[in-house]
Amino acid sequence: MKKAYNYILRNKAGLNRNAKFLFLLPGLLGITIFIFVPFGDVVIRSFHTSLTGEFVGLNNYKNLFQNTAFRLAVHNTIRFIMVCLPLLLLISLLLAVMINGAPKWEKYKDMYLLPMAIPAATIVLVWKMLFEKQGFLNKTMETHIDFMGTEYAFWILVGSYLWKNIGFTLVLWLAGLKNISREILEAAKVDGATGIQSFFCVTLPNLKGSMYTIVVISLLNSFKSFREVFLVSGAYPQEDIYLLQHIFNNWFTNLDFDKMSVGSVLSALFIGSLCMLLQKLWNGEVE
Amino acid sequence: MMYRKKKGIVGRIFRVLQFIIVVGLGILLCMPVLILVFGSIVDEIEWSGRIAPLIMDTVEYIEWKWIPDYPTLVNFRDLLFFTPQFFTLFWNSITIVLLILLGQMLVGLPGAWSLAVYNFRGKKVLFSLYVILMILPFQVTMLSKYLVLSKIHLLNTHWAVILPAVFSTFPVFLFYRSFCGISKEVLEAARMDGANEWRIFTQMGLPLARGGIFAALILDFLEGLNMMEEPMAFLNDKSLWPLSLYLPEISIKQAGMACAASVITLIVSFFVFAMFKDYLEMGIISSALNAKSGI
Repeated sequence: MKKAYNYILRNKAGLNRNAKFLFLLPGLLGITIFIFVPFGDVVIRSFHTSLTGEFVGLNNYKNLFQNTAFRLAVHNTIRFIMVCLPLLLLISLLLAVMINGAPKWEKYKDMYLLPMAIPAATIVLVWKMLFEKQGFLNKTMETHIDFMGTEYAFWILVGSYLWKNIGFTLVLWLAGLKNISREILEAAKVDGATGIQSFFCVTLPNLKGSMYTIVVISLLNSFKSFREVFLVSGAYPQEDIYLLQHIFNNWFTNLDFDKMSVGSVLSALFIGSLCMLLQKLWNGEVE
Repeated sequence: MMYRKKKGIVGRIFRVLQFIIVVGLGILLCMPVLILVFGSIVDEIEWSGRIAPLIMDTVEYIEWKWIPDYPTLVNFRDLLFFTPQFFTLFWNSITIVLLILLGQMLVGLPGAWSLAVYNFRGKKVLFSLYVILMILPFQVTMLSKYLVLSKIHLLNTHWAVILPAVFSTFPVFLFYRSFCGISKEVLEAARMDGANEWRIFTQMGLPLARGGIFAALILDFLEGLNMMEEPMAFLNDKSLWPLSLYLPEISIKQAGMACAASVITLIVSFFVFAMFKDYLEMGIISSALNAKSGI
């Protein structure tokens, strides 16, 4: 009897000691099953042809780099991120500073958050009414431009990204602005700094921590703008907004697993190293 | 605060200008929703008159009136009572989202708890890995997920959409943040009193962090209703689709119906948004703090 009790006790202590791993286990198990193991398979596939399963070395990689559609998609995706990220950060920062200047205005930020709650699919109809040749935008300008079929499409994409994400970023900036202690700002004022000077010399440097996080989250959300584009213009949109997500999607529907596996490996490598780089940069600056 | 001290004429004009920008832009951002709401109470006949230029492809423009000639709820009636497939898809959406949330709680909460409360070797590496997995767009892991799902014969079932989402690392980060706020001393005291780790988690961790957990779930709920890529890739059978995939299928010729369907879809999100927007804000902020501590 005593022996059995001791055994249970010992086991219990063991359970407690390993609790941290037991808690982690379900999640890790799922990630292993759904991502790690199959991704290993994808890496292996990227060195073989899917047709015969023959080992072809870097051949698939070479083919992908020569693929014009892939190049176009990479170019467009990078261009999109380079344009929309700074715009988003800047506009929402300006708004945040204005709202922060008048606490009573805080209630207006709800209007900016609303687009976030709207499913992408519900907005397709409005987009069509706005941007078709006979749409409202052309009506106000009295023109007949095919916005979704010309280079304007890119800017509509940028606009819809801003529309959706401005509230999110605004809330983040506001949180950052509120974290700056009033004493520092007062001190700057006493020292004779003008509003603009104290903004650039006190407020901005203090927002650096928030800025890093905002960049990461905005980047994450920028990949989701694909939804609106896809819903409005389908699998083959105007060539300026043919994104990496489109090409992956089309490979998938065409069962082009050779290209897809190479694309997945390259994208994962790229985003992974980008994360590491940001991490290094940020850690270096703070500590 | 700092701008309020001196207020000359110039300062006041500047202030009014800022007010116009803040409120004006806000209203502009809400416009698409207003168009949908006002468009949903217009019947098909009036709509077909309005969008005739679009369908005939003439040089005239679509007509828009805020107040329709004959306001009607007929679109909602048709959709709710005479379109059974709408209901199927609506419930598909709700089932999928709720099961995902449930799964994320079962899997993500303990995982986040472990990362927030304990120290162990490799924690930093694990954390970085979770961040990367969080940022990777769906398309990059699409092939991997497809290979697994086809191997375990779950393709073209709701589980194909639910299971991978359950193991998404985004909620883990949100949960993690809410657990970080709990003081370690309190937990240590409970440990001294002989509580085991499971009890500490369920009877102290969960209740103390419930605000943050709730916030994370709100954010996830909105995310889930918006889900498109996953069902598009893994569900062939249209009767399994969530609403988010059905809406684009309605042609613009049925504009009134499409507006009504959009409004009904919107209402769920809007309701959640309006009820819990403070929580949503909290969720957003914690998502940011997370990325910071994660990297």
